[in-house]
Amino acid sequence: MESVKLPDKLCLKNTRLIDPVQNLDQTGDLVIENGKISAVNAGCSGARVWDMNGAIVCPGFFDIHVHLREPGFEDAETIRSGQEAAGGGGFTAVACMPNTMPALDHAGVVRWVSEEAAKFPVAVHPIAAITKQRAGEELTEMVELHKAGAVAFSDDGGYVENSDLMRRALEYSLLTNAPIITHAEDFKLTGSGVMHEGAVSTRLGLAGIPRLSEDIATVRDLMLAEYTGGRLHLAHVSTEGALRALEDAVKRGAKVTAEVTPHHLLLTDKAVQGYSTYTKMKPPLREESDTKALIAGLKNRSFAAIATDHAPHTSDLKEVPFDEAAFGIIGLETAVGLIWDKLVMTEQITASYMVNLFCAGPREIVNLPVPAIKVGEAVELTVFHPDEKWTVDTAEFYSKSNNSPYAGWELTGRPWGILKGSLWAGRIQPGF
Amino acid sequence: MKFRVKAKLADADGMRRTLTRLAHEIIERNKGLQNLVLVGMQTRGIHIAGRLKKLINEIEGGDVPSGVLDVTLYRDDFRLKFKQPQVQVTSINFDIDEKNIILVDDVMYTGRTVRAALDALMDLGRAARIQLVVLVDRGHRELPLKPDFVGKNVPTSIGEEVRVRMEESDGEDAILLVEREDLDEEDQADGV
Amino acid sequence: MASEKKKGRILSSRHLLGLEGMAGEEIANILDTADALKEILDRPIKKVPTLRGVTVVNLFFEASTRTRLSFELAEKRLSADLMNFSTSGSSVVKGETLLDTARNIEAMRIDVVVVRHQCPGVPGFLADRLSSVVVNAGDGAHEHPTQALLDLLTLRQKFGDIKGLKVAIIGDIAHSRVVKSNIYGLKALGAEVMVCGPPTLIPRDVESLQVKVTHNVDKALEWADTINVLRLQLERQKSGFLPSLREYYWTFGITMERLSRLREAPVILHPGPMNRGVEIESAVADSDYAVILDQVTNGVAVRMAVLVLLSAPEIAV
Repeated sequence: MESVKLPDKLCLKNTRLIDPVQNLDQTGDLVIENGKISAVNAGCSGARVWDMNGAIVCPGFFDIHVHLREPGFEDAETIRSGQEAAGGGGFTAVACMPNTMPALDHAGVVRWVSEEAAKFPVAVHPIAAITKQRAGEELTEMVELHKAGAVAFSDDGGYVENSDLMRRALEYSLLTNAPIITHAEDFKLTGSGVMHEGAVSTRLGLAGIPRLSEDIATVRDLMLAEYTGGRLHLAHVSTEGALRALEDAVKRGAKVTAEVTPHHLLLTDKAVQGYSTYTKMKPPLREESDTKALIAGLKNRSFAAIATDHAPHTSDLKEVPFDEAAFGIIGLETAVGLIWDKLVMTEQITASYMVNLFCAGPREIVNLPVPAIKVGEAVELTVFHPDEKWTVDTAEFYSKSNNSPYAGWELTGRPWGILKGSLWAGRIQPGF
Repeated sequence: MKFRVKAKLADADGMRRTLTRLAHEIIERNKGLQNLVLVGMQTRGIHIAGRLKKLINEIEGGDVPSGVLDVTLYRDDFRLKFKQPQVQVTSINFDIDEKNIILVDDVMYTGRTVRAALDALMDLGRAARIQLVVLVDRGHRELPLKPDFVGKNVPTSIGEEVRVRMEESDGEDAILLVEREDLDEEDQADGV
Repeated sequence: MASEKKKGRILSSRHLLGLEGMAGEEIANILDTADALKEILDRPIKKVPTLRGVTVVNLFFEASTRTRLSFELAEKRLSADLMNFSTSGSSVVKGETLLDTARNIEAMRIDVVVVRHQCPGVPGFLADRLSSVVVNAGDGAHEHPTQALLDLLTLRQKFGDIKGLKVAIIGDIAHSRVVKSNIYGLKALGAEVMVCGPPTLIPRDVESLQVKVTHNVDKALEWADTINVLRLQLERQKSGFLPSLREYYWTFGITMERLSRLREAPVILHPGPMNRGVEIESAVADSDYAVILDQVTNGVAVRMAVLVLLSAPEIAV
């Protein structure tokens, strides 16, 4: 995918403009001039016009949890291919996890990621490791990393097992005000588990990962956050128990936020029947009682963000027996369609709230400025069509990997692309 | 599949008379029951063998041993036909070495079932002699085989079939000439 | 001659991946076929030409001499051409991937693949990628359908009918492939099933399989008409599921002393190989209660039945 230069003065006509921060949700038009919004609902005179045919235009979406695999695992994804997947999926920015090779644990590699990412209009905000080489032994130089561009710290994929070290991380990171993002998993309780432990794992004969593995690890980190006053963000909450613990900690005043993924909202362990390795990820797909609780948590604002945990893997790691397959699925190119189709169209959440969960919610967690639909604002916009029907075809993905459990799903609501400054990037380009 | 009955070739009385004649012929040509055993082929051959055994025992006074043979595992169309084989019991509780075997089937057609039966019997031992008795020979042989005893010779066309119905499995004794009204592949798989 | 038996296939699936979801009638048909084939094993010439020209590969990624020999014998009795391919399937020491193995099999035009693998789902993985018929010879803790079928055949011979039979399965329920196939088969044929073992070796939500659960082996023995004693993998002790084999024998071992307290001793099955003095006392294993050697004979017959039924081509559409 190449980005396209916009006309000097462009009017997006016949759109639905949504910006929850501005309390805006109405059909209208938007004029863009030299990378800035110059008019909202003031007609198109003098501008080149793109008829948007009813597409939604809203402040740019941000995915706070993706794996771009570069440096180190470029067969699965590169910064560029991940950016293209983000742009095609309607995201103007992503935060990338540090489990690369080498890990994002020193300022040089963090800066390098930012430089690589500058070649394409999707912003990439690196998340640096909490511990050197993600080994769980020594803290990284958080202050320097933060200055180099790291927006948060995480040993995602691994859990900081040493409780004392995690305490120090939560304390020390206060120097930066960047949150510690925890992948809450007690690896002893996970053991050799490859899917959620329950009736389905028993039937399939696959070793189970109990909810306890996540619940206990979550509770420890919440207690540490509460005690230290540190900023904690829970990655990919998948259990009712972890959600309850989060809600209790928030009530007591802990500085904690959390994200939930589309797959933990929409899929259960029943999807694993048939042993598709595209249903294997951590935390694992849970049961209906969990998805119900998570959706309720989404409605009552316990989650600040929906994040994809986009985790590309080559077929060499996925077209193998379930036990041997790598954990993780991709999500950048399906998240918007899934949430629109399964949660907004079913009236479980509003369009405006969905925009919030993809835009302001995740940015506030990592202290990033929130784009807006306002005269004078820099252009950072997501475009998706709420009525367009499409079938998920992994062969069409911009991602280098195709490990998506949604292949063949028929969805209504399709991301078209993004507008960033004076550039367009996306799959379905209006106006040409 | 649909069949239309074209003619009734024998009723219960007719069948009884035919079987009685066959029993006499078997005894006559074998000069008694010395080493004689009956082997009925699944499914109706078994019933016919049972009737013959009773008749022979009555006529000659004695007890002819009998057994049951299923030839499914020896069929040459095992991998060609269109359904899974229904393997049935083979039960021959005596040593067939040096025995004079009367192999019994209901209808002889291409000869392929008989070929399979002969191979099956060879695997079970070395019989002194094997003779074949069939209730109906409808022709259309594809192998150089000929029955030793025939109840009825019934010339047929390819679209026709001979159906032997027996009290033991069908609730009545009758021999019917039927004609196929439509041909389908699965049905073809049935007739050997 | 046209048989009056019902039309269509005896098995609805092209492959035998497991007994889950298989109708009682289908299972009974396999057992009937096995009964019919048993006679061949007692012949002077123990061979029929049925699978002449059919190529079978026994793909064993996990050592299992017993199951492999049983399949091999079944294949030889049916005159199939067979190849044995044994390797460790562990990704740690792997040479080629399972996918490459599958592609090689495809290129060699193999008709039937009998597969044993330590990972659940591998038979299905192969079935999805091969035009061959796939027979599951045990996949991890998932299923071991031919073992269950031979257990069912043994019980049917012993009891006449499986309907209403009370069957207790005793031992390491959590890691057993035999348990699940047995439960599916037994339930489909109308038996009641109880599982019994230490709480550490009973899997989560096992009740969802519609079985009773007990941790008291004497209660299980009291209740059951027949018991299936599972082999205890000796490494379970090391991985912390059990404090010691000694205590396991004390608490769950099937001993003459326990059997002597019953009004009537149950018929005893064991999938083998046995750990004498761990899950079963030698005196019990060698007693008339045990039908373990019948199981071995039935194993060959059942595997012949499966091969005969699945080697027939599909219904033409």
